[in-house]
Formats: sequence, C-alpha cells, structure tokens
Amino acid sequence: MRVVLAEDLFLLRDGLVRTLREHGFDVVSAVDNGPSLLRALLEEKPDVAVVDVRLPPTFTDEGLQAALEARRHHRGLPVLVLSQYVDQLYANELLASDDGGVGYLLKDRVTDTGQFVDAVRRVAAGGTVLDPQVIGRLLSRGDARGTISALTPRERDVLELMAQGRSNAAVAAALHFSESAVAKHTASIFAKLGIAPSTEDNRRVLAVLAYLRR
Amino acid sequence: MSAIAARSRAGTLRALTAVGRCQLAGLLGLLVACVGPAVVAALLLLPVGLGHRLLPPAAAALRRCADRARERAARWSGVRGAPPDPLPRTAGARAVLADAGFWRDLGWAWLEPLVGGLLVAVPPSLVVYGAFGVLVQPFVWRLLDDGNWYAFVPVHTTATMVAALLLGLGFTAAGLLLAPSVLRLHARWGRLLLAAPRTAELVRRIEQLTDTRAVALDARADELRRIERDLHDGAQARLVALGMRLDGATRLLDDPHAARAALLEARELSARALEDLRDLVRGIQPPILTDRGLGDAVRSLALDSFLDVHVEVRLAGRLPAAVESAAYFAVNELLANAAKHSGGDRVDIVLAHGDGSGEESGGGRLSVSVTDDGRGGADPARGTGLLGVRARLATFDGSLALHSPPGGPTTVTLEIPCASSLPKTSSS
Repeated sequence: MRVVLAEDLFLLRDGLVRTLREHGFDVVSAVDNGPSLLRALLEEKPDVAVVDVRLPPTFTDEGLQAALEARRHHRGLPVLVLSQYVDQLYANELLASDDGGVGYLLKDRVTDTGQFVDAVRRVAAGGTVLDPQVIGRLLSRGDARGTISALTPRERDVLELMAQGRSNAAVAAALHFSESAVAKHTASIFAKLGIAPSTEDNRRVLAVLAYLRR
Repeated sequence: MSAIAARSRAGTLRALTAVGRCQLAGLLGLLVACVGPAVVAALLLLPVGLGHRLLPPAAAALRRCADRARERAARWSGVRGAPPDPLPRTAGARAVLADAGFWRDLGWAWLEPLVGGLLVAVPPSLVVYGAFGVLVQPFVWRLLDDGNWYAFVPVHTTATMVAALLLGLGFTAAGLLLAPSVLRLHARWGRLLLAAPRTAELVRRIEQLTDTRAVALDARADELRRIERDLHDGAQARLVALGMRLDGATRLLDDPHAARAALLEARELSARALEDLRDLVRGIQPPILTDRGLGDAVRSLALDSFLDVHVEVRLAGRLPAAVESAAYFAVNELLANAAKHSGGDRVDIVLAHGDGSGEESGGGRLSVSVTDDGRGGADPARGTGLLGVRARLATFDGSLALHSPPGGPTTVTLEIPCASSLPKTSSS
C-alpha cells in the first residue's frame, strides 16, 4: 500500500516512516512542508496520505489545506490528518470534503502503533476515523442538549466507539461484547435516535456523525 | 425614482432639522447671556464677601450650560472636544478661581451669545425672510400704493413681484443648505473656546494609560504564574513519573510481562503529559486562532458550545494578534456566561471590522456583539466575568456595553480600536 507522509519534525517523520514500513506500507514520499506535500499528493496519487496539520512555510494549517486541495483534484483520495490538538471546525471541513476515507487523530495516538496502523488501513479502505476526543466533545454536547438522553449507558458506549469509525467487530472487542450483542445495541440506537439504519459500515458512521453534529 | 425621492425627502428633513437646531442654539445662547453676567456679578461681589457664596453655584450653572453645549455639538455635528476636569465642588470660590476650566467657560459665556448667536441666527433668518418673500410679497404690494422693498427689490409691478418671489425662494434654499454647515461651524467655534487644553487632555490620557498598563502587567504576571504552576504540577511531574517508570521497566526486563505492563504505563503517562500541555497551550493561545484568525476561532467555539450558536463574520484579513486573542477570550467568557446564566438556547455572534467613519473617530475598530435569547436582567456588577473582560479590554482602549432588559434578550457589545491587515502569509 503506497503512502505519502508529511511531517516537519525530523524525529517524528523518521519514526513514522519506520513504523509504516515495519507494517508493510510503501512510503513513496516523506516531505516536510506544504507545497512539497501538495506536489507529492498530486504526482504520486498514493493509496493513503498521512499528514500533519501544521507545516512550513506558514506553520498554520498548511497540511490540512494541501490535503483538502489534493482531494479536490483526486476525488476520494484517502487522507489521515494528524495534529497536536483536535478542533471540531477542522473535523467538519474534513468530513465535508467530498467522499473517500478521512481520518483526524491526535498525534499522541501514534504511540499506540497497533491502533495507529489500523487507523491508516481503515482510512485507506475508504473508512472514517475520528479521534476519541472529537467524539467525546460531540457526545458531551449531545448530553447537554439532551439529544442522546434516550440511550442507555451501554448504548452510549457503543455509539461513542461507532462514531470513532470502528467496525462492529472492533466495538465488540473493545467492550468485551459478542458481535451479535453489538448489532442489537446498534439497531436500538438507530431506532431511538431516528437514524435510518444502513448495512454499509462507513455510511452508518457518517449518519451517526451527522446526527451528533446537528 | 422612488429611491431618489426618498433621498431628497430625507435631505430636506435633515436641512429643516438643522435650521431648527440653529434656532434652538440661538435661544440657548440667550440663556448663556443670562448666566454669564450672573457669574460676573458674583465675581464683582467677591470683595464684599457675598461673592464667595455666590460664585461656586454660579460657576456650576455655567459649567452645566457649557457641558450641554458640548453634548449638543457632539450629537448634532459629531464634533467632540476634550471635556474639562470637573469643577472643584467643596473647596469654595478660591478653588473655582484657580480652575482653568472656569475661566474658559467664562470666556465662552462672554463670546457665545454675540458671535455664536449671530452665526446660528443666519440660516433661520434666511428661511423666515425667504418665506416672507414667497408667501407675502405676491399679495401685499397691491394693497400698498407705491409698493414696498423686499431686500433690494422695489416691489410695485408683477415683474418685480416675481423677482421678489424668486429671491425669496433663493433665500429659503440658501438658509436650508447652509444650516448643517453653520451648525458644524458653530460646534467647532464652541470647541475652540471650551475644549480643555491639550496638556490637560494628555495628563488625563497618561493617567488612564498608567492604570491600564498596571492592570495589563498584573494580568501578565498572573498568567505567567499560572503557566509555571500548571507546568510544574502537570507535564513536568508526569515526565518525572515517566522517567521513573521507564527506569523501573529496564530493571524488569527479565520478567517480560511485568516489563510490558510498566512500559504501557509509561506510554499512558506520556499521553497524559501531552494532554496537560495541550490544555495549557489552549489556555495561552488557542492554535486555531494562530492558524485561522478570529473568525474561524469563534466558529470553533460555537461548535463546542452546548447552545445553538450562529456566527456572522465580517472581517477582511487578520487583526493584530493581541486584539484577536483578547476578543477570542472575551467571546469565550460571554458564551460561558450565556450557557450558565441566560437560560436561553440560541446565541448570535457578529464580528465586524469597520474602517471608522465620522471625522473624529479615525482608524478602524473591531466590534463584536453577542446576543442570547435568554431571560435578560444580567447585572454587570455581579460576577467577575464581565468585569475581568472589561478590564482586559481597557488595555486596548476597548469598551464593553451590556444591554440586558428583564425578559431579555441580552446583548453584549465589545469594541476594540485596531487596524486590520491583509491575510497573514508568514509567521516563521
């Protein structure tokens, strides 16, 4: 699987390249600034891009802008964005940038290699991966507004993991449920929130996110 | 067509208002002509002692007249002069005599009825005399045997009557057209006599700057103390623990299970240290503010709020970083207030930057209004939130206005003078 990587700090870039290679990814280009990133994305058209939000030359949201720009040229180009902090506004912009896999994770998540590599694969496969902190804030907002008050605590846990973009199997493993129990909870959540159920994993995630972001 | 008609109607109305105000200013000049001599009388009675009692109230009455004139100049023509220091209230006649503002008032009281009164009399006189030409001249000359004079026109035939009529129209129009300029000229004349001298104004400004600088320095010192404490208790402590845990893990290498547990715990500690640092950074300068500027940073606050927050941004380019930061934290505070106290569920935020219009304002200003649909009745004196925001804005010569009638809605408006710049392209 071909990966383009953008990270301006050498130590981190080196670490990420190593981690990705160890897990069988082919890092075709590892760049350290916004313009090179855009060029690499347009020329290499990788299977997935792993991008730091803040890059030279402006040290603002250069990486995010390059990724969004590349997605306008190559529709559905999967992008996993890493950042020292997560912001709902950036999450919204990524989710709104046409279809195809997107991910938005705190940089710290790379310290858990297993989870990180899994996230890269899910995004490459067209899935949606959102940092637990983004989902956590959406849920606490939902709590305060009473939009998810109908859910049982168990269902809320399932909703949280589902919104992060996990599959039924992953939710089941994380909560020590059986997969069929997760399926039952999911059906109940969708019925309570009035979301049309969908058999396709990613569409389901997007429906949940759309509900939470209202 | 109707737009033009509406505009000309508005123009006529403005001119008529200006004529009325000229008339009023003339009448008030007469009032000054009464108060002025009263003050002079008090001065003359000083040697016999009675003046000592009469002077302070007379001077206060004169000051009230002058204050009103200043207010009118600002309201009617946008001419703002520096107000004088208040008159000494308790120290008696001697202190009044030593007050520079008092002597300025007196000079004004002497000249205003003559010069100012004459000036503002021009437009109303033109209008009235013009009306006399238009309304009376067409009829009155027939009744008089050998006609009469209207200005320089001897009216005794239809032709001269028409000339007088046109002249009257001209006088009226001139009066209407002149009125706003005359009013402004009168306001400037008043300011010339009444405005505190530049030094007094500067002294006051220095006092204000000294105060706000002290507040700003205190705030900065508090901020640094807080950062030091947060680092000390948070990230630093966690990194120490992390080092200890890693050290422990190296000694456990013979027991892979225990070593693995220790290392996972070390990873957990590093994650928490990062979390602490992130919170700290967000409290100092939210990254989105650096990245995107005030508009998007406030949009981001809106997304995090539990309320329905609608943000309208009318900003072109970036504002000075310090202003962006102050405005951001102010909005943050106001949103928290709305969520906690208002009882409403919708908030409207408007961010706008104006170039500043009107002759006196100069430079641009950022204005931020935050309106909630809650129960209103907010008291600015209660709770330290608004007071803190107001104190921080003072450093920027900014202001905070609260409008919160019982029953709502509550609107808080912030204004900060500042220039806007083009979008930032480099910060490294």
